[in-house]
Amino acid sequence: MMDTQKIRKDFPQLKRRINGKPITYLDSTATSLKPTQVLAKMNEYYTKYTANIFRGIYKTSEEATAEYEAARAKVAAFIGANKPEEIVFTRNTSESVNLVAYSWGKGNLRSGDQVAVTIMEHHSNFVPWQQLAGEKSLGFRVWGVDKDGTLNLKELDTLITRKTKLLAITAVSNVIGTINPIKEIVRRVKKLNPKCIVLVDGAQAVPHMRVDVAHWGADFVAFSSHKMLGPTGVGVLWGRMDLLEAMPPFIYGGDMIKEVHRDTTVYNSVPHKFEAGTPHIAGVIGLGAAVDYLSVFGMDNVRSHEKEITEYALEKLAGVSGLQIIGPNDPEVRGGVLAFVMKGIHPHDIAQILDEDNVCIRVGFHCAQPLHEYLAVGPTARASFYVYTTKEEIDALVAGLGKVKKMLG
Amino acid sequence: MDMYRDIILDHYKHPRNFGTLSSADAKASEYNATCGDRISIEIQCQMINAKCQIKDIRFSGEGCAISVASASMLTEKVKGMKVENVLKLATEDILVMLGTELTPSRTKCAVLPLEVLQKAVVCLGL
Repeated sequence: MMDTQKIRKDFPQLKRRINGKPITYLDSTATSLKPTQVLAKMNEYYTKYTANIFRGIYKTSEEATAEYEAARAKVAAFIGANKPEEIVFTRNTSESVNLVAYSWGKGNLRSGDQVAVTIMEHHSNFVPWQQLAGEKSLGFRVWGVDKDGTLNLKELDTLITRKTKLLAITAVSNVIGTINPIKEIVRRVKKLNPKCIVLVDGAQAVPHMRVDVAHWGADFVAFSSHKMLGPTGVGVLWGRMDLLEAMPPFIYGGDMIKEVHRDTTVYNSVPHKFEAGTPHIAGVIGLGAAVDYLSVFGMDNVRSHEKEITEYALEKLAGVSGLQIIGPNDPEVRGGVLAFVMKGIHPHDIAQILDEDNVCIRVGFHCAQPLHEYLAVGPTARASFYVYTTKEEIDALVAGLGKVKKMLG
Repeated sequence: MDMYRDIILDHYKHPRNFGTLSSADAKASEYNATCGDRISIEIQCQMINAKCQIKDIRFSGEGCAISVASASMLTEKVKGMKVENVLKLATEDILVMLGTELTPSRTKCAVLPLEVLQKAVVCLGL
């Protein structure tokens, strides 16, 4: 059990009042709020041991380097990686996916090969593959969803061929919340084509449930710090060590080199080969603190809490006439994110009227326009939940929707 | 709520000049991919004292209350207006017309119909 009231005290933004009213933050799928523990840890870097890493032969630089690398080890342990070196820090999930598209794609994809994605991908795991397919004349295959918003695993038999070099798939949809059975999908893909690489977008999974990359059996996993209580500007790419070692650098520059001569350069080892330039040191250290914070609860408890909130929200929203939930209705296969539409009312107006009472939801296509087109639903409204979300906040949402209907219905 | 004052809700619920023209001189449409608003405008013109002016106008499409009300009010505003003056209309004129405070993201919704109308006027090729 999680003590939500106690947890909420750790989040300064929840103490804020706008026009005398509290903030009901229901947009954690876009970005999460930050606890004081994370902010304090970043402030520690900025006030006690600000120094560049790997270079300085002085105490504060060594301290900063140790904290930076300790964060890498924390993240590795958090997702069940074999060793810290398998963790590459980037700017965000998009950059992690692009790193694979450019670096792995450069050496491994040729004209006539195929890459596959699902229709429920966030643009960050859709556009890089769509564009690379265009540039390199690859086949671009898209795996659709059933009416209930879930993937039909039988379709893998036709999706994955001998020519399929990569499947890019999200673990949890950022719109309809579908939790995909990644372990089973990877098992089937590898059986159909052992050489097919599987890249998992973990941006909506790692913050919300227990993720074990070894259990999944995937080849790459990408996710972002800012969606898991950490700061913005830090992303993570986990990759299988043999793959990372064989890949060329993505960005050239400082820190990613071992030796540089007039005409030649010897690259640094993994993961530093992929971390050119001074990284977001404070951000990475902050992510380490976020991992510590989540680890105290245990990710199974985080998931249980969100499932309970989701179940409650599904039930309450079902009682709003004219409201249609998009995606699975079963909280067992649904993460803490609910997209919905209201008959005759544009999502922008829903969000605008809710904002009157500081109820924050997201509206539009949620960086997943192909999914919206596929489902033919137009723009949607989306409420999403996290460790600090309470049932009272769901009640505030439902009350706000009543107001919306009164005004525009 | 100020943004949804009565006149805006009235135009949203009962849009004026909604539909299409039987014989349009020019038409244009725009799509706002971030929110899914789609507005189309058709115009019919006439020459008065050697100046081209809007004789009739219709709009269609779907959007939020702000973009629909803005389109509806705009069609009323420009009927009979010289097209050279239509091209001079700017964001500020739309905000004055709506008479409401808009956040930056909603200003885009409000201005979309004007962008469509001006695109249609340019299509006249005068």
